[in-house]
Amino acid sequence: MGLGGTLLLLIAVMPFAGALLPGLMIRAGRNVCAISTAVPTFLALTMLVVLAPSVMQGDVVQAQIEWLPQLGLSASFFLDGLGLLFAGMILGVGLLITLYARFYLSGEDPMGQFYTYLLLFQGAMLGIVLSDNILLLLIFWELTSLSSFLLIGFWKHLPEGRQGARMALAVTGAGGLAMIGGMLILGNIVGSYNLTDILAAGDQIRASEWYLPALILILLGAFTKSAQFPFHFWLPHAMAAPTPVSAYLHSATMVKAGVFLLARMWPALAGTDAWFYIVSTTGLVTMVLGALIALFKDDLKALLAFSTVSHLGLLTMLLGFGTQAAAVAAVFHVINHLTFKAALFMTAGIVDHETHTRDIKRLGGLRHLMPITFLIGTAAALSMAGIPLFNGFLSKELMLEEASHTDWFGSAYAVPVMATIGALLSVAYSLRFISHVFLGPVRDDYPHKPHDPPFGMWAAPALLVAMVVIIGVAPFLAEGIVTAAANAVTGADLHPHLKIWHGFTPALWMSVIAVAGGIVLLLLHKPLDKLWIAAPRPEAKAIFDRLIAGLVSASRAITEIGHNGAISRYLAIFTASSVALGWVAYSSGGLSAPTRELLPVSPVIFVGWVMLIVATLSVVTMHHHRFRALVLIGIIGLSISAGFAYLSAPDLALTQISVETVTIMLLLLALHFMPKITPKESSAGLKLRDGVIALGAGGGVAALAYAFLLRDIETISDYHLANSYEGGGGTNVVNVILVDFRGYDTFGEIIVLGIAGLVIYAVMHALLDGPAARRLKNTDYSHDRSRDRHPMMMVVATRVMMPIAIVVGAYIFLRGHNQPGGGFVAGLVIAIALLMQYMASGFAWTQERQRMEYHTMIGLGVVIAGLTGVGSWLFGRPFLTSDFTYIHLPPIEEFEVATAMLFDLGVFLTVLGGVMLMLYSLSRIARFAGETVNVDPMDYDPADRITDEEER
Amino acid sequence: MEIIVASSIGVLTAGGVYLLLRLRTFPVILGLALLSYAVNVFLFASGRLATNLPPVLSPYGDASYTDPLPQALVLTAIVISFGMTAVLVMIGLGAFLEADSDQIDMEPEENGADAANEGSA
Repeated sequence: MGLGGTLLLLIAVMPFAGALLPGLMIRAGRNVCAISTAVPTFLALTMLVVLAPSVMQGDVVQAQIEWLPQLGLSASFFLDGLGLLFAGMILGVGLLITLYARFYLSGEDPMGQFYTYLLLFQGAMLGIVLSDNILLLLIFWELTSLSSFLLIGFWKHLPEGRQGARMALAVTGAGGLAMIGGMLILGNIVGSYNLTDILAAGDQIRASEWYLPALILILLGAFTKSAQFPFHFWLPHAMAAPTPVSAYLHSATMVKAGVFLLARMWPALAGTDAWFYIVSTTGLVTMVLGALIALFKDDLKALLAFSTVSHLGLLTMLLGFGTQAAAVAAVFHVINHLTFKAALFMTAGIVDHETHTRDIKRLGGLRHLMPITFLIGTAAALSMAGIPLFNGFLSKELMLEEASHTDWFGSAYAVPVMATIGALLSVAYSLRFISHVFLGPVRDDYPHKPHDPPFGMWAAPALLVAMVVIIGVAPFLAEGIVTAAANAVTGADLHPHLKIWHGFTPALWMSVIAVAGGIVLLLLHKPLDKLWIAAPRPEAKAIFDRLIAGLVSASRAITEIGHNGAISRYLAIFTASSVALGWVAYSSGGLSAPTRELLPVSPVIFVGWVMLIVATLSVVTMHHHRFRALVLIGIIGLSISAGFAYLSAPDLALTQISVETVTIMLLLLALHFMPKITPKESSAGLKLRDGVIALGAGGGVAALAYAFLLRDIETISDYHLANSYEGGGGTNVVNVILVDFRGYDTFGEIIVLGIAGLVIYAVMHALLDGPAARRLKNTDYSHDRSRDRHPMMMVVATRVMMPIAIVVGAYIFLRGHNQPGGGFVAGLVIAIALLMQYMASGFAWTQERQRMEYHTMIGLGVVIAGLTGVGSWLFGRPFLTSDFTYIHLPPIEEFEVATAMLFDLGVFLTVLGGVMLMLYSLSRIARFAGETVNVDPMDYDPADRITDEEER
Repeated sequence: MEIIVASSIGVLTAGGVYLLLRLRTFPVILGLALLSYAVNVFLFASGRLATNLPPVLSPYGDASYTDPLPQALVLTAIVISFGMTAVLVMIGLGAFLEADSDQIDMEPEENGADAANEGSA
């Protein structure tokens, strides 16, 4: 990637980098803002000019950066003749539009925003014409749709602007989606997403059976973007945009993206019957239809919009012909259309700006009031009409020449006649633009007294019109770039000669007919207009709106079947589909023969199993009585921990039993504020449905569990068993896995637990600030409150228990590395000991004796665990590598110290802090609800016989 | 023994799913608790069943042990599912206190107003 490649990358990046500027620079004033927009454009244009000479000679500049090579996506760009032509147009017109917009936008418009959008669009557009990777091209393609959405809807206060922007996005976005499909097919046929490879594999693509689908999908993208029939309707509605946007996007650049794509893909896709008939017919119909509608539009911009549709149709038709001469004509007309149409849009903008109306019926006679604008507008319009000595004439002649010898379904006349009609209509609306706006008598009822705008505003269109005339008089000046671009399109070595006089060819006669007929049509405009207005015709916007409304209600209906706000329904759908998926997986596979023997069942276990089953069934049948259900849940949890103990999992048994205790306490505390009874509201049908789903899920899971319990698997645990003592320094393999082998997982999990605690705390605070607080205050909970809340026996017992419980916790913690236990269990045991104090002696009493905030404890735990892990970096080992040693302190026996123990301390602190914070939050709510504060451990002496009333 | 464990998992799952589909928060929380039991036992059972072979290394000669890895994973899962239950309980309590109802389904919405607004803008 030499100097050229670097410059190319810079060109592609420049507008995006520049887009950061105007939004900031607007603070320094409108001129600075405009200049900061022009500078990146100008720099990119300069670099393009530097590259131009070698590209004109047929070289191709390339630049490539690998992006996602696995997907075939690379940020690669290339610059050939076609790219040069379009990049030059995008940057050159961009510069002129920047100048024009500076004077067009009023003081109230957010100019910084406008220029930012403009540069974003410019960058996206440049990306399309420079991409050498079709995936990259697709990205830029979508970016133009998005940035043009912002530009069309720039005047957010206008409903037409918003609707137009939405319509443009919907139509071009839908086309873009189709194109993605087409491009992916293309990439699959060729086996590469590089444009250069694809263009070189034209024969392979055309021979593929996937050619037609790919062609149709890509054409959908191109036709929607370039507003081809029947997708032409969005372009006129996009005219609600500010005029600089219309001039830039809708004449010079974005709408040409579709044409560009047709030209770019020409070597790969053109040359088949399908291409010819689809592309040229669409182009032809669009050309005639657009011109016809343009003739009867009264809005200046709408007239120009439909004329643009018509000219885009012309370009499409030329490319559809598939001949080399037609490609030359198309490339040449791209240049010519750009010059006169951008100038015309700017003229329309000036007229609108000065007279405050774009309605042709309210205009006329402006040539006396705005002579400069008149000159500019007339020259550009004559070029659009295809009058000799203007550049529009040259490419129109080339087009008619091609049309004159094109056979269409065996008919030699269809295309030439239609093309002549198109040209004729084009003459008519162009002349109407001149005569109805500028000619005729001066009126006295303009909405605003017009005069010529300042130089800055007409400088840009004047420059464009100068090009119109120069190319029109001396067409050989454009030969170089046309040759380079046409050669890039066709892949051939052409030497076209552009000249005004070709002799008395059929094209000349067709031209003469067109001009004469156009003048006649203009003279008959008034009666024809009445006829047009009276004639019924389909309104594209109404059809589009109906279509969209239909789609919206259809998707709403579909969504609401599944998504109606009922969580129970989502869960039912989710569970049922999981079961169904499991069934599918089972029925498409098979089962190998069992390899394990069944273990014997001891009577005790059988009793436990019966207990578990009965308790579970009772929870289901008696869940309406919530307290009863809680008790049953406790039984289930105990049975499960007993099962763990029996099945060689002492750690799990310890954890389960302590978690069980804490969970039940938590649910009890919460239930205090909730209804104690669940109303019976499910219908029998609903119960049946849920029962079926539940049985399906339960049966499936049971079958799955049974199936794998009878079969052996490869396990990675042998490694853990073998290395637990030597590598981790502990004999309790489960604990060593937790704090060492998979310490990183544990680290994440304690953070999650800590966050859960903090979430609960935060929810509690939010509740106590909201309407829930009032409800809590106003609800009388005293009737279900025992007056003997802190019985002496319990207070004494828990205080005696406290130190014992702490010793047990410490013991479980310390032995955890070698025997069942560890940070998790120890944290839970201590938490239970503390909870017992809360329950026995009351909230306030315990709170007073608390030395450390639970939040701090969570944070400290996470930090200790983290630091332990980081500590191993100091010794050049990976995160959380543990180390251990043996210490001999007489008279104690030799014992082991491991860094993993420090990590476990972090686990311990986080678990303790998290659990305590959760329960603390619930007791805060209790206190808020009127729980009396006791300072003494035993606040009630039954001997006093205080009644409820007195207590209050 | 395998039949005992598998059937327990199945019954717990069925009960959990049934309660999960109820219309009030509290049964749903209970259902989730049952489902957590089922999932934990299920994960534990993926290490296959063994009695009297705890994964605590024995200093005396060659002993065999049960698979410790599922146990380690289930241990954290038990603690995490407690955290999850606690958060749900708190949210359910909050919802009840704010809305004075512990129904979990939203009332069916009136869509007429929405549809009318769609056309403008």
